[in-house]
Amino acid sequence: MLIARNITKKFAGVVALNNVNLELHPGKVNAIIGENGAGKSTLMKVLSGVHVDYEGDIIFNNEVLQLTGTKDAEAKGIVIIHQELNLVPGLSITENIFLGREKCNAIGILDKKEMTRQTQKLLAKVKLDADPAALVGSLKVGQQQLVEIAKALYTNASVIIMDEPTSAISDKEVDNLFVIIDELRSEGKTIVYISHKLKELFTIADRFVVMRDGCTVESGVMAEMTQDALIRKMTGRAVNGPAGNTKQTFTEPVLRVQNINLKSTSRHGANVLTDISFTLHKGEIVGLYGLMGAGRTELMETLFGLHPKRATGNIFVHEQQVHIQTPIQAIKHGIALVPEDRKAHGLILDQKIKTNISITVLNQLEKWGIVLHNKKETRLSKDYIQRLGIKTYSENNIAGNLSGGNQQKIVLAKWLATNPRILLLDEPTRGIDINARFEIYNLMKKLAEAGMAILLVSSELPEILTASDRVLVMAEGRLTADMPVTEATESNVLKYAIQHNITA
Amino acid sequence: MIAIQKNNTINLARLQSLIALVTLCAIIAILSDKFLTMDNGWNVLRQIAVNVCISVGMTLIVLTAGIDLSVGSVLALCGAITAGLLKNGIKMPSADLFIGFTILGALLAGIIAGALLGWFNGFVITKFKVPPFVATLAMLTIARGLTMLWTQGHPISNLGPAFSVIGTGWFLGIPVPVWIAGMVVLIASFITRQTRLGRYIYAIGGNENAAILSGISINKVKLIVYSIAGALAAVGGIMVTSRLDSAQPNAGTGYELDAIAAVVIGGTSLSGGKGSIGGTVMGAVIIGVLNNGLVLLNVSPFWQQVVKGAVILIAVIIDKGGKKK
Ligand SMILES: Nc1ncnc2c1ncn2[C@@H]1O[C@H](COP(=O)(O)OP(=O)(O)OP(=O)(O)O)[C@@H](O)[C@H]1O
Ligand SMILES: [Mg+2]
Repeated sequence: MLIARNITKKFAGVVALNNVNLELHPGKVNAIIGENGAGKSTLMKVLSGVHVDYEGDIIFNNEVLQLTGTKDAEAKGIVIIHQELNLVPGLSITENIFLGREKCNAIGILDKKEMTRQTQKLLAKVKLDADPAALVGSLKVGQQQLVEIAKALYTNASVIIMDEPTSAISDKEVDNLFVIIDELRSEGKTIVYISHKLKELFTIADRFVVMRDGCTVESGVMAEMTQDALIRKMTGRAVNGPAGNTKQTFTEPVLRVQNINLKSTSRHGANVLTDISFTLHKGEIVGLYGLMGAGRTELMETLFGLHPKRATGNIFVHEQQVHIQTPIQAIKHGIALVPEDRKAHGLILDQKIKTNISITVLNQLEKWGIVLHNKKETRLSKDYIQRLGIKTYSENNIAGNLSGGNQQKIVLAKWLATNPRILLLDEPTRGIDINARFEIYNLMKKLAEAGMAILLVSSELPEILTASDRVLVMAEGRLTADMPVTEATESNVLKYAIQHNITA
Repeated sequence: MIAIQKNNTINLARLQSLIALVTLCAIIAILSDKFLTMDNGWNVLRQIAVNVCISVGMTLIVLTAGIDLSVGSVLALCGAITAGLLKNGIKMPSADLFIGFTILGALLAGIIAGALLGWFNGFVITKFKVPPFVATLAMLTIARGLTMLWTQGHPISNLGPAFSVIGTGWFLGIPVPVWIAGMVVLIASFITRQTRLGRYIYAIGGNENAAILSGISINKVKLIVYSIAGALAAVGGIMVTSRLDSAQPNAGTGYELDAIAAVVIGGTSLSGGKGSIGGTVMGAVIIGVLNNGLVLLNVSPFWQQVVKGAVILIAVIIDKGGKKK
């Protein structure tokens, strides 16, 4: 059993963990639940040797652990899959998995064959269909997450901490992960599982611990809990669900795309996108569902001018044909893209919240044409911090210091600041807690009511069904369905999402 | 509360280098009675002025996560161009053409040449995706070669008293080069802190991908930054030429190292996105004082290099330690 006793952790005077007590049971899946910034990741980093300066004790198998670092924790059998991906983009999958624990042969030369063989086995286990020699940087976020999981599996640890392992993978991969977790559980391993998707937790978790504001407020057996009770414990109050779908019709096209094709980067590969056509209307929220690799992100990127050389097709904004070759042109036409990977594409982690939010609209924050208007900038960022409920003590805080969910809100803020007419959201609630998630759905509704057209990509079907007016489904780079949300159910959407897999 | 704390840590880092500087001065002053004289003081400042100009340009580039190894050669070439145009003008006997240059014209031509050379660096880097280290390494050789061609390998001297004002003159009791360097620092400091361009520079160094998606023309920003650095190297070249009243074909050799050292001692991260002009000025002053002290103390040139390298290491290590806490 892994026990945390009276753990307190401070960052530059800010208390992130306040006298936390917790027990993690072997042979069980222990869920840690809490709002963004509650301290879940921080606690896990303490338990896995990332943070070594804390007060209190970690007790593992009746012994007090003094971890000196992650290597030490790993040696003692504790590994963590971080919320923010921790892979080296320039190295291959194999090299990442064996980073720091490379296998050598008798004369001390890297045994690449053996490492590749083991990687193949691990990849098969997590059902990631990729070449072990592929560069991690060329993988999508969801695939990278699977690599992280494979990496953790390799160490054969007795305690495996998963900090939001499913935030970027879709239902099919989640099911597969649960099979893996089941296996680990039956081997008697301690699994720690953090997720904001309550439905998942009820499926997989045996026990739960609720955290709020750096404290553990309750723990117990999952089966004795209801969703509402959990939410109340997390937030300290009841939560209003999102407003229902308005059943109106939308007539004014804002974005119309016609026969979008995107060539694969490899010369002889098939198209990544094939003949995609659809229309986005004023005030409409369109949900775009698909499994990992269906081409949703590529479609968003194409619309935002990131693949000018490989893409063909026509794009009309307000029925005017436009040529979007760069993000700058996309922004000029009123398009905004909240990217999938906030760390790599969304944020400048080392800079202030304020500078991250204002970067897209600096031209509107100038006085006399050259000098930045600091007061206006501060006002703008304070405004968004308040509107989106970003949990921080100051707009001058460094973005990288915020919890994952709050970082995601900064990315959202920086794009809302541009006042877009067309908002492309790629997994916008990735890592966002249930309360904030409802806030974001309501915000989307409000923006749509004000006339914005929103395209929402999500790997979560419930999210698509809750938030959208119309549902598009993609499979293998093609659009396979386009229906009003009233006709969409989990089963028929899924059917379209795997359609091509069956026929092919 | 916390925001205030943060500012304090920044000031602490500044204070640290200030303390280092004062200590350095004290040690030199104790060992040599020539150090704390007016003459020497102005002399040091005049020497520092050149490195400040180059280092400011270097800082802008390093903030974008780039580097410029060509500044020393560009400095020499532009100094030589200015000197050559001033002295000889452009003669084309075959076409019976002669263009003479006033001082102002020659200065402008030199600075524009510098900006163009810098722009070319930026062009190669952005258009062909050549790493800045390689692109500017090539320019280091090219510009040096062009300097040799332009000067035929001989110094261009005797440029007249009016021109030498730039390097040796005084204005309101302060040497002219110090005025120039001061202006450069003020403008660059303004750009980095108060303008959109400045923000873009930091954004590109901080996360280039996020910057692209945010709608920043990173190529344009890089072109501007490399051009500015080239122009500032030219300004340095003109100051050197004027001070010596002569353009030396091998002027500025190794200056890129002093500039990079100033940037690094000043706390700017070589991986981009973090640092300040103020820090660089401090770095340049520390190097300048050190150079001067070592000469005053009659340290052999061989040892001078060893000591300088050691000081750079110590400064950076202290800086790293301060940041961790
Ligand atoms: N390195 C750091 N420096 C300063 N503050 C930090 C740092 N890491 C975390 N914090 C603060 O500690 C608090 C807890 O953050 P933590 O990342 O543990 O939250 P979380 O429960 O994992 O949230 P999420 O669900 O959004 O991932 C937050 O207020 C955060 O701003
Ligand atoms: Mg977290």
